[in-house]
Amino acid sequence: MRYSIFSLVRQAFAGHRGWDEAWRTPEPKKQYDVVIVGGGGHGLATAYYLAKNHGVSNVAVLEKGYIGGGNTGRNTTIVRSNYMLDDNAHFYEWSLKLWHQLSTDLNYNTMFSPRGVLNLAHTEGQRDQYFRRGNRMLLNGIDAEWMTREDIARFIPHLDCSDNPRFPILGGLMQRRGGTARHDAVAWGYARAASALGVDIIQNCEVQGFAREGNRVVAVETSRGRIGAGKVGIAVAGNSGRVAGMVGLKLPIETHVLQAFVSEPLKPMLDTVVTYGAGHFYMSQSDKGELVMGGDLDFYPSYAQKGNIPILEEAVAAGLQMFPILSRVRMMRHWGGVMDMTLDGSPIIAKTPIDNFYLNGGWCYGGFKATPASGWVFAHTIAHDAPHELNRAHTLERFETGHVIDDKGAGPVAQWH
Amino acid sequence: MSGAFRIPGAGHIDRAQPLAFRFNSKSLQGCAGDTLASALLANGVHLVARSFKYHRPRGMFTAGNEEPNAIVQLERGPHTEPNLRATEIELYAGLVAASVNCFPSVDFDLGVLNRLASAILVAGFYNKTFMWPKSFWKKFYEPVLRNASGLGVAPDAPDPDIYDRLHWHCDVLVVGAGPAGLSAALEVARQGLRTVLIDEAPEPGGTLLQRPAQIGGIAGAAWAARAAAELDGLANVLVLRRTSVFGYYDHNYLMALERRTDHLGPGRAPGIARKRLWHFRAARVILATGAHERPIVFGNNDLPGIMLANAACTYATRYGVALGRRGVAFVNNDHGYALALDTQAAAGNLSLIVDARPAADPELARRAAGAGVRALQGHVIARALGGKRVRGVDIRTCAGTNAGRVECDHLLISGGISPAVHLFSQAPGTLRYDARLACFLPDRASQAVEVAGALNARLQLASALADGKAAAARTLAALGRAPAALATSAALTASSAASAGFVPPATVAATAAGTPAPGPVPDELHIEPLWSVQSLLGRKLPGKHFIDLQNDVTESDIRLAAREGFRSVEHAKRYTTTGMATDQGKTSNVTGLAILAEALGKTIPEVGTTTFRPPFTPVTFGALAGRDRGTLSDPVRITPMHAWHAANGAVFEDVGQWKRPWYFPLPGEDMQAAVARETRALRTTAGVMDATTLGKIDIRGADAAEFLNRVYTNAWTKLAVGSCRYGLMCKPDGMMMDDGVTARLAPDRFLMTTTTGNAARVLDWLEEWLQTEWPGLKVYCTSVTEQWSTVAIVGPNSRKILQALAPDMDLSNAAFPFMTFREGEVAGLRARVFRISFSGELSYEVNVPSWHGLALWQAVIDAGKAHGLTPYGTETMHVARAEKGYIIIGQETDATVTPQDLGLAWAVSTQKDFIGKRSFARVDTRRTDRKQLVGLLPRDKSFVAAEGSHLVASPARAVFDPASGSPSIGHITSSYFSPNLGSGFALALIANGRALRGQTVYCVRDAGPQPMTVGDPVFFDPEGKRRDGID
Repeated sequence: MRYSIFSLVRQAFAGHRGWDEAWRTPEPKKQYDVVIVGGGGHGLATAYYLAKNHGVSNVAVLEKGYIGGGNTGRNTTIVRSNYMLDDNAHFYEWSLKLWHQLSTDLNYNTMFSPRGVLNLAHTEGQRDQYFRRGNRMLLNGIDAEWMTREDIARFIPHLDCSDNPRFPILGGLMQRRGGTARHDAVAWGYARAASALGVDIIQNCEVQGFAREGNRVVAVETSRGRIGAGKVGIAVAGNSGRVAGMVGLKLPIETHVLQAFVSEPLKPMLDTVVTYGAGHFYMSQSDKGELVMGGDLDFYPSYAQKGNIPILEEAVAAGLQMFPILSRVRMMRHWGGVMDMTLDGSPIIAKTPIDNFYLNGGWCYGGFKATPASGWVFAHTIAHDAPHELNRAHTLERFETGHVIDDKGAGPVAQWH
Repeated sequence: MSGAFRIPGAGHIDRAQPLAFRFNSKSLQGCAGDTLASALLANGVHLVARSFKYHRPRGMFTAGNEEPNAIVQLERGPHTEPNLRATEIELYAGLVAASVNCFPSVDFDLGVLNRLASAILVAGFYNKTFMWPKSFWKKFYEPVLRNASGLGVAPDAPDPDIYDRLHWHCDVLVVGAGPAGLSAALEVARQGLRTVLIDEAPEPGGTLLQRPAQIGGIAGAAWAARAAAELDGLANVLVLRRTSVFGYYDHNYLMALERRTDHLGPGRAPGIARKRLWHFRAARVILATGAHERPIVFGNNDLPGIMLANAACTYATRYGVALGRRGVAFVNNDHGYALALDTQAAAGNLSLIVDARPAADPELARRAAGAGVRALQGHVIARALGGKRVRGVDIRTCAGTNAGRVECDHLLISGGISPAVHLFSQAPGTLRYDARLACFLPDRASQAVEVAGALNARLQLASALADGKAAAARTLAALGRAPAALATSAALTASSAASAGFVPPATVAATAAGTPAPGPVPDELHIEPLWSVQSLLGRKLPGKHFIDLQNDVTESDIRLAAREGFRSVEHAKRYTTTGMATDQGKTSNVTGLAILAEALGKTIPEVGTTTFRPPFTPVTFGALAGRDRGTLSDPVRITPMHAWHAANGAVFEDVGQWKRPWYFPLPGEDMQAAVARETRALRTTAGVMDATTLGKIDIRGADAAEFLNRVYTNAWTKLAVGSCRYGLMCKPDGMMMDDGVTARLAPDRFLMTTTTGNAARVLDWLEEWLQTEWPGLKVYCTSVTEQWSTVAIVGPNSRKILQALAPDMDLSNAAFPFMTFREGEVAGLRARVFRISFSGELSYEVNVPSWHGLALWQAVIDAGKAHGLTPYGTETMHVARAEKGYIIIGQETDATVTPQDLGLAWAVSTQKDFIGKRSFARVDTRRTDRKQLVGLLPRDKSFVAAEGSHLVASPARAVFDPASGSPSIGHITSSYFSPNLGSGFALALIANGRALRGQTVYCVRDAGPQPMTVGDPVFFDPEGKRRDGID
């Protein structure tokens, strides 16, 4: 049933008894043309675009738990395309363009809200780096804007733009078309739209291994039995190493914990996404009023989806540098997700040494914003057995050739990105 | 009089201390010992809030941390605090609080208009609409939703209070000072173990203060006070009151928040940290966190006056407050039944118990009869009646037959218990669903923890006390202490029944590994599960049937979620928002998942719980930051000469943690003028700069030279003692990491300098390689950045100035050549003098122990007066080094730049191995069209490009054109105006840049592209004649 205010009103009179399942719950078939492992945003988007753009609808998405339960449901929902290097810039910009029409395209309100993403600069050097980034964005047709300290003070009234902070704010790089979206709705919206096009979404179905014939994968062994597959794509960021290990691939990825936390709900006080430049902290306010915050990695490799206090304390201290008024506000919940950290901070969306096995992973801690484009180009890569123009550089081989995509300019250590 | 509903003689409040307070602008009075909630109820105020979505009237529903409804904004101005629970706020004189989420007032709230649309505002409605037209979401729909949501308001001024963080180690940490926690703490404390007992209440006691109780012939409250006094008196024990343990992390690391001054009122304890954040490391933990009571879902179960039975009992017993004149209780278990009778014993206002079970415990039934309370067995409440207060209930039999309407002004509910498994589950420990008790209980622990008391379903006082002792015995055994001579003092021992619960030795051994005591949990509940009256009766009943009161989630929302395929408990939670409010579902989660299970035709354990995440109760951000505020948030590092710089008008810039002089303006000078003057002085007479902040690492050991050979790209083994060398450090990918000059002090000793901002990182880097890759090397690295002060005397006159200060030192080029160092006396101070240059000029860097830094600086300034010596800052340093094409790490480099890209191939050995070498063989590193460092001169000499500007090959490419791809060929890394060149100039990284020498590129800027000529990055004195001095 199509979602709209009219169907909502009609259902209101019918006691909401007429709503269909948002997505079907089929039993797994014996064989699919394509099996996508991982029912997060990326896997579901891939399935959706396989069906929609490439006419491949005999597709299963296998999810070990519930869809959207990994990093899709744990991230701080920031969407932006403020990338500097061409290989990333055009990819994320395409993603941002897809975000702007996603709700209409999926007929599911993903609550994408272009409220702007502002990166603060606190030193001359940092300002120059943001100039470099912003100028490059403009040359790539991506919106960017330098905001002075005075502009920012007017734009974010509660931000401390005085000389009092340890590292006073000098200005900031703003991307107004960036913003936030409701993370769960993205997974659900893609699932519903993909399911309507014939994709089977199979939850509680854990992949336990792959059956191979020569250099091809022929089936996926799961907790719900063997499922034959013409092609297999994995989109299991956080567990890429483990799943790829099942076919004997060793990935240039380290797994780290990243925490996020929210305050109790408050009346609206922040209408943008703002990141600290003199430490690691970022914040936005959800539609429900919670301040959604994040900081740095926990700095030890781990698969535990929970973190520890020290990094949280550091992030909060940074947050209070920016917003001293939050000192009496309270943290309501904190949690963690596990990140595929690559050695250049950019993802891998590529073919692998195994003929019909494709990899989508290495999202570090920025995978959410990529969801639409990631699905778009991964579907293309699987359907054509060749990368899309936008993910041509996101190969596995780049770590061998050195053609890395180090947007942050941080170097070859996973936790520096 | 502190309220019309105060029960004469009852409660642990101090009637002699009346406290005036204001709620929603109304002046009221309570007593010392009250909470805001109990004081309001004593005044007959039940309506305190409006619900989130439908703006329904709401009242106090609990008496503790699980409160979903009574959310208030406390105080005003800088002390205001949003979203506090009235049930947790200790009353003080002059308290001011107000309801949130209502306009214009909680009594008359326009938000009720939402109810007209309530048929639409079901779970997930926002995902199904607001999509057309597209631009309306951000502009219209979303702002409306945002303004409607959120509870309280953030303060609009900085917090006047201070916060502390503490770290504490102990043998045993006991969480919860109810009967189980107290009895456990007494046992372990008496063995001399370092014990910590924590409770969120102002005084230990827990349920001993909330229900009538007798232990060993004395009142429960008195027993708790004596136990607390004993513990307070033991040197090995720390008792923390008003402290909430909110998180249980790996390695028995627990976090707690102590509230030290909130109960006094704002500003009444100046100088005392308002809250303390405790970090605990405990060898063993005993959790006695109690249990929350659970509601039953029926029509309009959210009306003010409807409250959990234990809350009603607490208000009557602890605070001496009656909830009204005529009460009804609705229960399905003996615990709730008993709580209702306890309430009746204190308040005497209960007329009826509606019990869904066919029969209650006979003893309880006798007590009810004796207390004049009518009991209806096998009946349920189908709907509550009323608007802003409950005024009656519709009763039916369990078969659905109408059994009439009973008037009441308050209603007690008990649908069972939900043990507070939060901390146990965070640890993480697994839970098991006990179908007999209809609750989740701790199962397998993964850390050194025991559970006791109501958390373990020991609800009776005697069994809670015994369970606490048993947990203590297991803890002692695990710590290798025999649970020896237990105290026999009558006053501090539970009744004889208590000892019956002792666990046999076999169990003790098994549990030492961290598994709670197995064995049957006694059934002290006798519950018949009843989640929803609608589902019991199998028919739709009138009214709204709430599950999550704060988020306005109803039973039909859960059923809708199930119908729409949100079958996972996590999906149902996220789709309906059950349990996502500030109470995190303490009274609603289990009910929600039980109803979901029923809707799905599954069992409760099949559905399972959502994840219990910290914090158990919200934590003030200020406490998490502690003293890391303002200037203390990151150390401010200053050099010994800082005071001189400040006194002489320096403008400072932040370089890492350091404050460095940026430039020294004379009166009336702007930055440009000051830098022009400083630069001119440096090139014509002399300049002096404080270079103390450069990182300095002392590297010693037999393998020091070999170590440097591995970490630097160039060769070090043959460097003579007394000489210096410029070194490059790369990461394994061959990209530049740091640079600096390193001197050989002795055959086995080097002094390495690093860039200011990278000093700590480089030391980490060296240590990482030494410790993880080359543990065999005999090398020791020590940071000496702060042990030495460095004064750089730079310029043609520098030799004369230094000679005046060091008359015994032979400074001739022959005796003291470039890239060497000498030790000697400068200005009467023991000094190391390095003849190195970052400006291209003759230059000496004089190092003295930091203690003498200022003295040296002053001596240099004095000696330089006759030679035109001018102090300069980092900006002039930058201009001078850029004129020479010297790079700055982080400015010319960004971890994608090789030494070869920078034209520094001469400093990269082709012979030996070093970190990064193999990467130079990679395809991408070997590319000849990589970005390379070049110099740029503008055609218009007055043009100074902005750093970070991009360059394009032709003016036409200065705009984005999707057809022709990315137009940038590189960017400007450094850009200044050079008074010496009389022109702007820049360094840039340009693709294949060295091949473009002599050609024109265009700098992109808003005002139109500017032509610039590509050339060598060295603009000044390319032969390097000046560094030896101009004669």
